[in-house]
Amino acid sequence: MHMADALLSPAVGGTFWAGTIGAIGYASKKLKDHLDDRKIPLMGVLGAFIFASQMINFTIPGTGSSGHLGGGMILTILLGPHAAFLVMASVLTVQALFFADGGLLALGCNIWNLGIYPCFVAYPLIYRPLAGDGRSAQRILVASLASGIVGLQMGAFSVVLETLLSGKTALPFGTFLLMMQPIHLAIGIVEGFVTAGVINYVRAARPEILDSSASSEPLAAGIPLRNVLIGFIALAVVTGGALSWFASVHPDGLEWSIKRVTGKGELPDQEHGLPATLKSLQEKTAFLPEYGFKPPANEPKAKEETPSWPAVDAGTSLSGLIGGVLVLAMALGIGWAIRAFRGKKII
Amino acid sequence: MSFEASYSGIGRLDRLSYRDTIIHRLDPRAKVVATMLFAIAVVSFPKYEVLSLLPFFLFPILIGALGDIPPGFIARKVVAVSPFAVFVGIFNPLFDPGVVSIAPGVPVSAGWVSFAAILVKFALTISAALLLIATTSFPGICRGLRRLGLPALFVSQLLFLYRYLFVLMEETMRVVRARDMRSFGVRGTGVRVFVRIVGTLFLRTVERAERIYGAMLARGFRGEVPSMRREALRLSDAFFVAAAGSFFVLCRFVPVPQMLGRLVGGLAG
Amino acid sequence: MSHHLLEFRDVRFRYPDGTEALKGVSFLITHGEAVGIVGANGAGKSTLLLHMNGYLLPTSGSVTVGDVPLRKESRQEIRRKVGVVFQNPDDQLFMPTVFDDVAFGPLNLGLPPDRVRERVHEALRRVGALALADKPPHHLSGGEKSAVAIATIIAMEPDILVMDEPAASLDPKSRRSVIGLLNSFAHSKIVASHDLDLILDVCARCLVIRDGAIVADGAAPEILSDATLLAENNLELPLTLQGRPPWKGTRR
Repeated sequence: MHMADALLSPAVGGTFWAGTIGAIGYASKKLKDHLDDRKIPLMGVLGAFIFASQMINFTIPGTGSSGHLGGGMILTILLGPHAAFLVMASVLTVQALFFADGGLLALGCNIWNLGIYPCFVAYPLIYRPLAGDGRSAQRILVASLASGIVGLQMGAFSVVLETLLSGKTALPFGTFLLMMQPIHLAIGIVEGFVTAGVINYVRAARPEILDSSASSEPLAAGIPLRNVLIGFIALAVVTGGALSWFASVHPDGLEWSIKRVTGKGELPDQEHGLPATLKSLQEKTAFLPEYGFKPPANEPKAKEETPSWPAVDAGTSLSGLIGGVLVLAMALGIGWAIRAFRGKKII
Repeated sequence: MSFEASYSGIGRLDRLSYRDTIIHRLDPRAKVVATMLFAIAVVSFPKYEVLSLLPFFLFPILIGALGDIPPGFIARKVVAVSPFAVFVGIFNPLFDPGVVSIAPGVPVSAGWVSFAAILVKFALTISAALLLIATTSFPGICRGLRRLGLPALFVSQLLFLYRYLFVLMEETMRVVRARDMRSFGVRGTGVRVFVRIVGTLFLRTVERAERIYGAMLARGFRGEVPSMRREALRLSDAFFVAAAGSFFVLCRFVPVPQMLGRLVGGLAG
Repeated sequence: MSHHLLEFRDVRFRYPDGTEALKGVSFLITHGEAVGIVGANGAGKSTLLLHMNGYLLPTSGSVTVGDVPLRKESRQEIRRKVGVVFQNPDDQLFMPTVFDDVAFGPLNLGLPPDRVRERVHEALRRVGALALADKPPHHLSGGEKSAVAIATIIAMEPDILVMDEPAASLDPKSRRSVIGLLNSFAHSKIVASHDLDLILDVCARCLVIRDGAIVADGAAPEILSDATLLAENNLELPLTLQGRPPWKGTRR
C-alpha cells in the first residue's frame, strides 16, 4: 500500500513531507538527550533486519496467498516510539530508492502512513495500556492484534485521503474506502499475530532485551496522554487547514470527490488562487497566437458545460499528438546518440 | 518477487551507483534537488494532461544515457513496482464516463486519458527515482541529505542500515533457502515457522549490534559518528540544477508538443 | 617508561550469569613481542581479548598497559594504546565506505582533517588497499575485508595490535597474504587463533589457555610441537609439523 508519486498532487505530497520532516526532527531531538550509545548501531542494524525480514514471504493460513511483514509495531515495542520511528523512516527511505516503492515525493506520505500511526498512535494509546507490564503472552497477543489492526487501518485511511485530496483518480471515496479498509484489516490481523509471535519469542529467549527497551528510553514507557492529544489537535488543524486550502486552490479533486460522496457538487469560485494564476500565466505564455493555444484543461467555463468531467482540450488535437510523438522520438534519439557515441549498446 | 530476485536487483543498482561518469560525479545534493523538482513538476499537471508530460522524458533519458545505466533494467524495475498505481488508476475509465476526442473524429473516454496520465507520471517519477540511486552512491546521498539539513542521528541510521543491508540480506537469504529446501509444499512456509525465523534473526541481529558496538568502542566511539567529508558545490553542480530547473519550468508552462505539432503541420500544409 | 607493555596479574572475570570465564590469569608481554594465544572453544580466549582494551573490566586482579592500570576512567587511554581487530570483518567494518571506516578511529582521537587523511592513506597503503578507499565494505572480497579491518586499527597507531582469528574463513591465498601483512609489522602483536600454522608463522611465543587459566607459556615452536599438550586442548599439530606423505592422485 505504498503511496505513489503519480497519484499525488504537489500540495498533498508537500504537506505530508513537511509533517514527516517535522516528526523526524522531533524524534531525533528527543533521542539525542536520552539515547544510550549502544542503541546507535542497534537501530541501524535493526533497520537492515526489518528490511530483510520484509522480503521473506510466508503463507497466510486458510488463503494460500503469501504475506509480508511490516514491522512497525515490532520495532516500536523493542525500541520505543522515537527510535522506532527513525528506523521505520530510514527503512522506507531505502525502499523508496532501491525498490522505487512510490517515488521521492510520495516518500513523505509513506513515512507518515507506516511510521507515525504505529509508533505514535497505536503504541502509546493501544499497545501499552493493553499489554500492561508485558509479562503475559496473552496480553501481548491481544495488544499486538489491536495495535496492528488500528495502525494499518489508519495507514490505509491515510492512503485513501491522500489519493482523493490529490484528485488524480476518479474512484469515489466510499468505493475506495471499501476496497482499502477490509484488505488492510486482513493484513493487520496477520501483522498482529506475527508481531505477538516475535515479541513472545524474544521474551522467552532474552527477556532483558524487552526490559531494557522499556527502561532505557524513558519515553517508551508511555508518552503522556496530553502530548498525544496535543499532537492530534495539531494534526487536525493542519489537515483542516490543508483541506480548506485545497478547496480554494485546487477544487478539481476535492469538489469532485465530495460530489461523488454526497451526490451533489458545488463548484467553488475558481477565479482566484492557483488556477487563476496559472491561467493568466498561460495566457501570457501564449506568445504565438497563430498556433492557436487553447486554455488549460481545467477551465471553469468548460466545466460548467460538462460538469461531470473537465473537458480535455489543450493537448488533444491532432497536431498535439504529432508533436508528442515527435518530442518522445527526439528525446529517445538524443539518448540513443549519447549511448552510440560512448560506444555502448543502444537503447 | 522472490527474495533472491529482489536481492540481486538491489545489488545491481548499488554496483551501478559506484560507476564513474559525468552524472555520477555530480554532487549528490544537486541530483537529489533536481530529482525532487522533477517529481513536483510532473505531478503538478492536472489529471487530464498527457501530451504536455512527454517532454519530461528527456530528463530520465539524458540521465540514463550520460550515466551509462542500462535502460532495460530501469524499465523492468518500473514495471515491477507499478501494481498499486495501476490498481488505483484503472478505476478512472470505469468511474469517469466522459468522452473527449483526441483527434478529429476519434473519441476516447476521459477516464482513459486520466489513466494514461497516471501511467505516464508513474513511469517518469519512478524512473527518475531509480536513476537517482543508480547514479549516486547511497553514502553520497546520505552526505547530501545531511548537508541539506536532515538530523545527524537520522542520517547515521540510514548509513548503518545501508552498511548492514547486504550482510543481513545474505544471512536472511541463507535461512530462507534452508526453509524452502525442506518445506515441501506449504507447511514449512507458514506463519509459525516465519515467526521463528524472524525471532532468531532478530536475536542474531541484536548480538551483531553488540559486537559492532564493541568494535566502535575499540576505536574511540563516544556517542557521535564523526564525518569529515565536506565537498563544496562546484560550478557544474549549480549549472546542472539550474539547467534542469529551467527545463522543468519551461515544459511545465509551455506546451511544447502542441507547438511542435502545429509547426510541423504548418510546414507540411 | 617501563620495560613491559602489557601485564595481566591474577585476572578473574565472572559474567553476570555466573559463568567464571577467567580464573586467575597472569602473564607479561614486553615491547616488540609477537604472542599467540591458543585453546579449545570456550576456553576463555575471547574474554581474555576483551580485557585487553577494557571492553570488559576484571572482576578481580589487574590489567596494566604500559604505565596505565585499566580502570573505568582509563579505558579511553588504554584504547589508544591497544588496537583490537575483532574476528568478523563485517562487525569490524561498520562505516559505509572503506575511507570513512579507516578514518573513524583517527577522527575520534580528535586529529585534524589533514592528519586524518594522511593516517588513512598510510594505513591503507601498508595493507595494500589504497585502491579500495571509496568502495563500500560489501563490495570487498573476504581477504580485502580482513586487510581493511587491520588498516582501521593501525590508522590509530596503537602500541600493540590484538587480533582475534585474523584469517578465519579466508581462502589459502588471502590467508597467506594476511600472514605476510602481520609479519611486515614491527608492532607488538597478540594473535588468538585455531590456525596453529598461522601462529607458528607469525608468533615467537605462545600461550595455551584452558578453562580460564594459562596452562602453558613458552616458545611457539616447542609448544606447537607438543602433541600431547595440544590434544588435551582439542588442538592438533600444525600441518607443517605433521609430515604427511605426498599426495599420489592424478590431476585433471
